[in-house]
Amino acid sequence: MTRTRKPGISRRSTLALMGAGAATFAAPWVARAQAKTIKIGMPTILSGRVAQLGTSSRNAVMLEVEKVNAAGGLAGRQIEMVIRDSKGQPQEAARIARELVNTDGCEMLLDGEASSGSFAVHEVARDLGVLCIHTCSEASSLTADPKQHIPNAFRCVRQGIHDSIVGAGYAAGIAKAKGLKKWATCSPDYAYGRDTTGEFVLYLKKFAPDVEIISESWPKLFQPDYTEVVTKILQAKPQALYSCLWGGDLTSYIDQANIYAMFTQMEVFAVNMADYTALTVVKNLPKGIHSGDRYIKTFPPTPENAAWGDAYKAKYNEYPTNWSWQNATAVMFLNEAVKKANSTDGKKVAEALTGLTIKCPFGADGTVTMRADDHTLVGYAIGWGTTIPQEPYVPDVKAGDWKTIFELEAEWKKSKGYT
Amino acid sequence: MIFVDLDALASCLASPACLVTQTTSGLIIGMLLFLVAVGLTLIFGVLKVVNFSHGAFYMFGAYFAMTAYQLSGSFALAILSGAVGTALLGLIFERAFMSRVYGRDVLMQLLVCYAFVLIFDDVVRMIWGPEFKSMGMPAAFQVPPLFIAGGVVPPYYLLLIGVALVAAVVLGLGLARSRIGKVIRAAAHNPGMVSALGINTGLIYGGVFALGGMLAGLAGALAAPVRSLTPGMGFSVLIESFIVTVIGGMGSILGALIGALLIGLIRSFGSLGFPLFTEGLMYLFMVIVLVSRPTGLFGKEVA
Repeated sequence: MTRTRKPGISRRSTLALMGAGAATFAAPWVARAQAKTIKIGMPTILSGRVAQLGTSSRNAVMLEVEKVNAAGGLAGRQIEMVIRDSKGQPQEAARIARELVNTDGCEMLLDGEASSGSFAVHEVARDLGVLCIHTCSEASSLTADPKQHIPNAFRCVRQGIHDSIVGAGYAAGIAKAKGLKKWATCSPDYAYGRDTTGEFVLYLKKFAPDVEIISESWPKLFQPDYTEVVTKILQAKPQALYSCLWGGDLTSYIDQANIYAMFTQMEVFAVNMADYTALTVVKNLPKGIHSGDRYIKTFPPTPENAAWGDAYKAKYNEYPTNWSWQNATAVMFLNEAVKKANSTDGKKVAEALTGLTIKCPFGADGTVTMRADDHTLVGYAIGWGTTIPQEPYVPDVKAGDWKTIFELEAEWKKSKGYT
Repeated sequence: MIFVDLDALASCLASPACLVTQTTSGLIIGMLLFLVAVGLTLIFGVLKVVNFSHGAFYMFGAYFAMTAYQLSGSFALAILSGAVGTALLGLIFERAFMSRVYGRDVLMQLLVCYAFVLIFDDVVRMIWGPEFKSMGMPAAFQVPPLFIAGGVVPPYYLLLIGVALVAAVVLGLGLARSRIGKVIRAAAHNPGMVSALGINTGLIYGGVFALGGMLAGLAGALAAPVRSLTPGMGFSVLIESFIVTVIGGMGSILGALIGALLIGLIRSFGSLGFPLFTEGLMYLFMVIVLVSRPTGLFGKEVA
């Protein structure tokens, strides 16, 4: 006859349980660090007017995660993505980020929020100390401002200031060649529109000092009709127009400006035109709109980039977006950093990520770097070109020069008091 | 930053070219707005409900038109499908749902309508997808703009203004002169008496709602070639339509026409003179009307 134990829990195991419980509440992701799969949380926008931001981010992440998992996962652990909809509300993004870590046991975060929400998620990362990679926010201050700097957060996204420098350099070249002195601007009336336009104009005037802005229009975000803006610009008779309208607003604007033959009367520089979301939607795309590269599978003109764009299209039956390549790159970075650290521990991975250079289809020279001093992505393909109405849409993209970008970015940071 | 640019406004008013361009620009915005607002005001005048889901009919008109255009390639058919499709939708919506909340609390009616704003947006999202779409300008209108006295006028906008004007005239005359028009006006005044005379008021209500929906759908179809289509696109149009009906007077067709044209002209000329306060001007004008004539400019007339 064997001796049976009394039912209930002994004092010793109670103490052990309490200890484990306390540890779980204090640092839940550490407690679960031994789990076989590794959960990565991702708050993003999956509904509303910019749902495409979230869906194309999610698609790209899943495409890359499948590859990593097929190759054995992160240090032998299969990745499990936990992706939630923040509906584009910053407070909801912060709540979800916290919940993903504390309740769902995610050990890392990919922050697929637009600029507004990314600052909220950044604060959560600061508070919890969890590794966090921002994948959609282009607001320069997120990493340029030293007050925002934390060792566990990174930004794997193109940046407003880089775009402005390259865009203005390109535009100034054309302005000088064609004698475009009178410029108009037309951008959406919110932080992104105002900042981006301001930076573009600043550098345009620096590169081409005799440029003059003779008309400004600030339509509301998501305004249905731009007729009065179009006719106002026509009255002002500028030689060139700059716009950072995007998505449906940009396509509406083009349709409405087209019937006034605006595109034959001035050179148009629309930084957000060369994105498949807009290019494939506009039915009567005018020839010769100057645009920055958002995502184009022909730039950088490498077989790797083209293959990636085609693989994405084959899987999801639509072309990737600017958000797609950024999110894919973030997963590539994680994969390489874990390999380098030989660990999935957040702190070690963060150390490995700092200053890491990886091979990447979206790199200007085939590689991209997570810059050590401000934890932000550099070396990605960035350039401007002109549109044609059919594929490849932007046949000849003029690449921006990273040396110039670095010089002017450093100056800009100094002028902002960031360094 | 320029807050007030009266020079630009003055020099525009002095130049015929600018006057023509800005006036047509105001007319386009105004006439599309009129088509939406007049349906709203008609439904209120006869049915005594404020149809907060009216923007959805504008949205459906645009989507129906886009689909018909993609399938048939005919722009006329696209406009027709936009109008007829929303008329049918209006009839079904009125008979199945709105007819149950007549005479109820305003809050109840508002909640039903608001629920349908969300439901209709989701229906569009399910059928056509969440991303924005563009219908594209029909080839016949992909022509250089006309120059009238030096002002720029796109031919498509002439068509648009023409169609809206015809709709306004037919509607106005129809209500004032035709037999059906008289019955509708009688039903608006005293539905009990009209019913006692052996006229099916349910049919009239359904018909008026369908007519209102059709006008909004027509506006959506006409706007589809130049405005991007997204779920929820009816919302901002609805807000401006409310401003129009408040200015013109709830229930007045003439009021809706004048109100819509005023809003259109305020937008087109306001964007020159007050570039950062164009939207504010609209609301300011509404406040002035509300304070000086709370019933709206033509509030006495009942459709």
